[in-house]
Amino acid sequence: MGQASCLEALMTPKLRSILNADGSCAEELRDLVPDSDLLAILRIILLNRVMDRRLMTLQRQGRLGFYMTSTGEEAVTVGAAYALREDDPIFLSYREVGSLLWRKVPLNAIMNQLIGNAQDLNKGRQMPFHYCFREHHIPSVSSPVGTQLPHACGFGYAARILKTSQVALAFCGEGAASEGDFHTALNFSGVLNAQTIFLIRNNGYAISTPESVQTKACSLASRAEGYGIAGVRIDGTDLLMVVRAVRDAAERARGGGGPALIEALTYRMGAHSSADDPTRYRPEEEMRQWEKLDALARVRLHAKWRGIWTDTEEESAWADAEKAVSQMISECERLPPPPVESLFDDVYERMPAVLRTQKEEYLRFLRDRKR
Amino acid sequence: MADLVQMNMIQALNNALDIYMRREATAIIMGEDVGGFGGVFRVTEGLQQKYGAERVFDTPLAEAGIVGTAIGMALGGLQPIVEIQFADFVFPAFDQIVNEAAKYRYRCGGQYGLKMVIRMPYGGGIRGGHYHSQSPEAYFAHTPGLRVVIPSGPYEAKGLLLAALDCPDPVVFLEPKKVYRSVKTHVPKDYYTIPLEKAALVREGRDATLVAYGAMMEVAREAVLLAEGEGYDVEVIDLLSIWPYDLKAVLSSVEKTGRLLVIQEAPQTCGVAAELLAEVQRRAFTRLRAPLRRIAGFDTPFPYALEDHYLPSKERVLDVLRKTIEF
Repeated sequence: MGQASCLEALMTPKLRSILNADGSCAEELRDLVPDSDLLAILRIILLNRVMDRRLMTLQRQGRLGFYMTSTGEEAVTVGAAYALREDDPIFLSYREVGSLLWRKVPLNAIMNQLIGNAQDLNKGRQMPFHYCFREHHIPSVSSPVGTQLPHACGFGYAARILKTSQVALAFCGEGAASEGDFHTALNFSGVLNAQTIFLIRNNGYAISTPESVQTKACSLASRAEGYGIAGVRIDGTDLLMVVRAVRDAAERARGGGGPALIEALTYRMGAHSSADDPTRYRPEEEMRQWEKLDALARVRLHAKWRGIWTDTEEESAWADAEKAVSQMISECERLPPPPVESLFDDVYERMPAVLRTQKEEYLRFLRDRKR
Repeated sequence: MADLVQMNMIQALNNALDIYMRREATAIIMGEDVGGFGGVFRVTEGLQQKYGAERVFDTPLAEAGIVGTAIGMALGGLQPIVEIQFADFVFPAFDQIVNEAAKYRYRCGGQYGLKMVIRMPYGGGIRGGHYHSQSPEAYFAHTPGLRVVIPSGPYEAKGLLLAALDCPDPVVFLEPKKVYRSVKTHVPKDYYTIPLEKAALVREGRDATLVAYGAMMEVAREAVLLAEGEGYDVEVIDLLSIWPYDLKAVLSSVEKTGRLLVIQEAPQTCGVAAELLAEVQRRAFTRLRAPLRRIAGFDTPFPYALEDHYLPSKERVLDVLRKTIEF
């Protein structure tokens, strides 16, 4: 083996995949996702797409402050949630609405958060995508990148000590792998033998910055070795591979085998957010290449290979999704903003006297102004 | 009458942690060198031996990781008690404290709350130079969602730490390391708390109100004794809770005396004293008989060789007291 290929082998760990280009897979791996579950996942991906398209339009019409699509990355976002137990906490980065849909978070609850209305469980305190659904084991999202990674590590330690057998999974992007929190989280997780999975959605871009600017290394998964934890690099557009990798990691962690780092290669087919224009920094040709690896296209092809999905069924699934999203929009848009009094709640469990005074003075000001 | 034991602040804090760890099986202690070694100041001495290495443990040397993982532990049902070795080293964890711990309850509409205490020794007077002497309380007091608490002596340390541990909000608990071993007082042996958000009236007086906290309480007491010798009768308040603070206690004192001085060892500008003076001048304006004054560290980095000049001294306090009362 020549020096170059040796280096290549060292620096580019094999990308693991299950689905073949024609949608087939080894017969014995079908059971990773039984037929009925595959159909449910497919419908969720369609719903995810309809939400992306319709809500982006809503944003352009000025009816929603901000939006981020996750089109193209659903194999990771839905697949990871599918592979976990229902009570395993998922620490989101932000582009993972597919996980919420698999967890059966009601559409209206998602939309209420995006709008920040009176029914929003977050009480309108955060920008769109900063979800928190405790009932569904989704802790709170914040904007600073990577901060959720040590939280997942700590949760995974608590699960071990309290013997809840939960596994915490944290998503992050490849940009977040440059943050100090990424390093400390992985390092602590190894030392603490935390029941934690770190899942990098490596979609190629942090807003406009390509992965090549984040790191000189060819693989982020290889960092696992430096922390003494398991690491694997997978095809993140391959639903079955995502399910297998997350399930393996979860089972190992639950059994006391320690944390894992999964790097899932995928592609952000849309913009970073509604405030972005990707045509300014990435070539059309690159986007076209990735369309062949679109999560939806691949899952659809696989379902057809299994003989469980037809064009007619897809048509009716699209129509169902459109209807559900229309209903969600019309019901949630009608709701008022949170009451002004709520501005002062939940800073502390009990409102301190100093804050109560501020609240009273402001409400008095509002009353006097009306007169 | 509860049994009283002579303790210094280290012993009082250790005793509080011991009582709490015994009571709450989900409480854990984590930080650099807090395990078998008992911490560089020995506050956690003997606790790992007593409660095991899963509940009292050393962490990698990374403050952001310590606080970040502690937040996750709190979300997962544990109650972390974090030690940051020196307050000067807390800044790598600033994002996790200010953006995560402080805002968690608010940003999720109260679905989660973080019950955790972050302890750290702070302050000057030990020849520690820039990085073993700072008083960062104002940074944290400026952050809604955090509670900031500073005890002045062993009795206060135990009662306030137990109150902080019972509190459902994240508490930044700053310990004046100059006082760690410098005084011993009578401390009840059993569980007791000193309520948060309450200041302590330490000495009654007619001529002026002197507010201080932490290691500056000792300076305040000495200055007041000197002032007494000159015929001035000064009221002294130990603030204890830096934020949210007990404005009512300060106001009712100033309404009586008409004069207010606040001591802080942190740099003067944008400090805790400024906040108190602003609120008092607004709410007690018609009762004031002299300009409100603060005696603070200078707006320089904390010095090494000249720290005695930097730190507010009893002489400086006495000078301002005289000028205020004779105004």
